[in-house]
Amino acid sequence: MNGGAQESLFRHTLITTGVMVAFAVACTALLVSTHLTTREPIAASVREAKLRLLEQVLPAELHDNDLLADPLTLPPGTLGNREAAPVYRATLVGRPTAVLLEVTAPDGYAGDIRLLVGIRENGELTGVRVLEHKETPGLGDYIDIARSDWIQNFDGLSLAKLADDGWRVKKDGGHFDYMAGATITPRAVIRAVHAALKYFEQHRATLLGLPAKEETS
Amino acid sequence: MSDYREIVENGLWKQNPGVVQLLGLCPTLAVTSTVVNGLSLGLATVLVMAASNAAVAPVRRWVPSEIRIPVFILIIAALVTVIDLVMHAYMHALHGVLGIFIPLIVTNCIVLARVEAFAAKNPLAPSALDGLMMGLGLTAVLTLLGALRELLGRGTLLSGLDLALGPAFKDFMVTVIPDYQGFLLAALPPGAFLGLALLIAARNWAESRRAAARPTTPAALAHGH
Repeated sequence: MNGGAQESLFRHTLITTGVMVAFAVACTALLVSTHLTTREPIAASVREAKLRLLEQVLPAELHDNDLLADPLTLPPGTLGNREAAPVYRATLVGRPTAVLLEVTAPDGYAGDIRLLVGIRENGELTGVRVLEHKETPGLGDYIDIARSDWIQNFDGLSLAKLADDGWRVKKDGGHFDYMAGATITPRAVIRAVHAALKYFEQHRATLLGLPAKEETS
Repeated sequence: MSDYREIVENGLWKQNPGVVQLLGLCPTLAVTSTVVNGLSLGLATVLVMAASNAAVAPVRRWVPSEIRIPVFILIIAALVTVIDLVMHAYMHALHGVLGIFIPLIVTNCIVLARVEAFAAKNPLAPSALDGLMMGLGLTAVLTLLGALRELLGRGTLLSGLDLALGPAFKDFMVTVIPDYQGFLLAALPPGAFLGLALLIAARNWAESRRAAARPTTPAALAHGH
């Protein structure tokens, strides 16, 4: 009797385990096939979304190359980025015209603000866009182009056109407008863009991919 | 036939997951900042619920009761991942908005609750219908709450429809209150709690009016005592 009960318990355990394994295998098979069929479309749509974003800060007439083809990589810690960040290079008939930098402003009101900064080879900003932020909705989020045009204040500015003490909000004696009640956010963005321009000035040749001799001439 | 009718009524009104069962509050409160967000996550949940109920019902006899919860969760998680991947591939912009909430559908207790309470005991067709109707009931609540919060928080309706359906739909956004400065409370998480409370109150009010209007039957009297 006891032996029979033990045997049926053993059988039951075996069946239960078998069922669990069978379901795990079936579900895994479903996931693998879905992954394989969606892999290409996902890569394509990620790429397309990225390109559309890059084109927001880069006028179409400034480039004729594939921006995603040959990005430079900046090591972690550069320009506030916590991870290695790509630099996209725009060229027109083979001549470098602009670079697009990913920049992180670490001192936003609610953590990091990630920015995409486009800089023309002459040091002028082609545009700035916010990639990611956690600023208060309805307050600090006017840096987002979806909320207001504030971020377009940067278009066309350069270190030559605006002296160092101009890279502040008006409240601090600088050039930039801000919304009352939310000055920490624009301060962080302005500082980060300013730092990006300085970085570009120092590393212009490397970023643009110019040969070293052109830099010295 | 009356069974199906009851399933529909339960899902949409009597046992509405959003305002009666109060299950699945995590997405309800998190994503309902706009109509489009609420509706999109709601529809994704409908899909998951109908699919998981339909997947569990035919295999219910082969699942030993000791391991039914892990098996159900496995099925739900696999289906959610499939939907997540498909959305990422073909609705990229919307996936960007809802991205982090889609995997969370797995942890939405209403999904497991319906699988466990209904699909594990009923055949395929009523189970699928139950998932569908419970999902739609939740979607209705998410959409209403989204509308309420978007209207009060930003003064618009249907903003972000272009993210869901393509840039051609950008003009569908309705600015209900022009030059609105925004009402932060409604846009932030507390607004979701307050909005949900208002919806529950509204449903209770409607239900009590209906009960009052109903002629008193002897059965109801007996039940009252």
